[in-house]
Amino acid sequence: MPEVVVPIGPHHPALKEPVNFRVIADGEKIVRLELDLSYNHRGIEKAAEQRNFIRVLPLLERVCGICSHSHATAFAKGVEEIMGLEIPPRARYIRTIIAELERMHSHLLWLGVAAHEIGFNTLFMWSWRDREAVQDTLEEMSGNRVHYGMNEIGGVRRDLTPAQIKTALARLPDLEDRIQKYVGMVNSEETMLIRFRGVGKMSREEALKYGAVGPTARASGVDYDVRRDDPYLAYDEIPWKVITDNHGDVYGRTRVRVGELWESTQIVRFCLENIPAGPVRVEAPKNAPEGEILSRYEAPRGELAHYIRTNGTDKVERIDIRSPTLANWTSVAMCLTGQNLADIPVIVAAIDPCLSCTCRMVVVHRRGGRAVPGTAAGESGHDPKSRQDGWRP
Amino acid sequence: MAVPGNGISRRLVSWARIKSPWITVYNSGGCNACDIEIIACLMPRFDVERFGILVRGSPRHADILIVTGTPTLKQASRLRRVWEQIPEPKYVIALGACGSSGGVFRGLYQVVDRVESVIPVDVYVAGCPPRPDEIINAVVRCIDLLREDTAHGGKEWRQKKPLPAPVPGEKSPAEVP
Repeated sequence: MPEVVVPIGPHHPALKEPVNFRVIADGEKIVRLELDLSYNHRGIEKAAEQRNFIRVLPLLERVCGICSHSHATAFAKGVEEIMGLEIPPRARYIRTIIAELERMHSHLLWLGVAAHEIGFNTLFMWSWRDREAVQDTLEEMSGNRVHYGMNEIGGVRRDLTPAQIKTALARLPDLEDRIQKYVGMVNSEETMLIRFRGVGKMSREEALKYGAVGPTARASGVDYDVRRDDPYLAYDEIPWKVITDNHGDVYGRTRVRVGELWESTQIVRFCLENIPAGPVRVEAPKNAPEGEILSRYEAPRGELAHYIRTNGTDKVERIDIRSPTLANWTSVAMCLTGQNLADIPVIVAAIDPCLSCTCRMVVVHRRGGRAVPGTAAGESGHDPKSRQDGWRP
Repeated sequence: MAVPGNGISRRLVSWARIKSPWITVYNSGGCNACDIEIIACLMPRFDVERFGILVRGSPRHADILIVTGTPTLKQASRLRRVWEQIPEPKYVIALGACGSSGGVFRGLYQVVDRVESVIPVDVYVAGCPPRPDEIINAVVRCIDLLREDTAHGGKEWRQKKPLPAPVPGEKSPAEVP
């Protein structure tokens, strides 16, 4: 049977974000997946080089609307390390609380979307309703539902009042109840078991070979979490454990994420109860000394890496963002091979793809059709020569 | 408006449109936050379906297009094509600071600064991102516009008039001492 190309996207009812899949199928079986990730490329890395440290944090938060605190913290953490700043313990705890609340809202969101992809809309509604409790807590603490704006170089911008801590703690028991229910549901609900088991299998060796990160890798038995292996913020002072699973399929990824939800509630509870007193920020110098650093952070979707190079001014010389979704795409392409066409939404949703973090550009010269090397995220997008060649639509 | 004939059939169609506006969402290069807030509108707390507002995948079924994010150069032509597929009468909401003015991404090399420079926009919503109740308010404002447009028999009444051509020899008020 001849192979058929099924194009999906960039605007498609099943997609929440613009991406173009070219699925090469042989009958019902998928042979190969080709991806175009460039639709949302905005040129943030180039813009970050032109703004000082105060102005660049709001920009980096808006790399992604779901893990916005991750990007800002990864950057602030890196720059603080270059400057040799030690932030106060209370600031570290507040950053940890926001980070774990963000993980909770992201995982609840994912659980809903995954349930929606298998047609289990009841769970979609339930998990998104519970997510609103997390959103309310975040809104009380930071003033905004999505982009929190909590970070600055040298600490956090807002302190937590005793009243805020009290209401946040009062919301937790209800949430814990619901999450316990989801933990039970994932293991017993027939709809999910039938649809998730054995779909998108990936062994431990394959996960390591294709460089999967985060819950995707941990579901294949890779025992790796930046929070434990390269501790930052307050994670080395908190009792918690890394959730792993050895199923390696979508079922395993669901189990890992629901388990992490539970761990996150416990981390938030511990931090709220044991938050140290003191100031929330130290004054940071205007300029950073010359240096470079790879700042790692465990975002809800996996390991996020910010490569930062400074040159003694109040701006970065180069920042390169490697988001977790970019690392996971290769494993998706591998998982999809040999699966049914109908499994595409489930397998793609299982890595919790976030395309606005991920968008990369390849500039192709019109004459000859060769790709310009090293064009990930806008290096030669600024090259005036390539503009004359007419890459601009 | 676009319905042929007059009298009862036309009134019936515009009544149905006002009662249940259908929406399509287009992410033209945003950061996802606005899209998540739109989905939050559908969820039990806000639940826009009780007002008859439905979110549809296809632009051909939609009355209102919600555009999130500042359009990137690659998305601008696609946004235009999606907009062209929506049947008249159509309304566009530019969501968030990015959609309205470019927001934090204004002036980057790969973006068109605002949605307005690609397609005509009827309602602007501020905020980064706007809260779900503000999104619902924007849709309600679109329905108000639809009602006013039906009474006026088209969109022309509220479109900006071009400035009158200068009369040769006459001084403009700014030049008169």
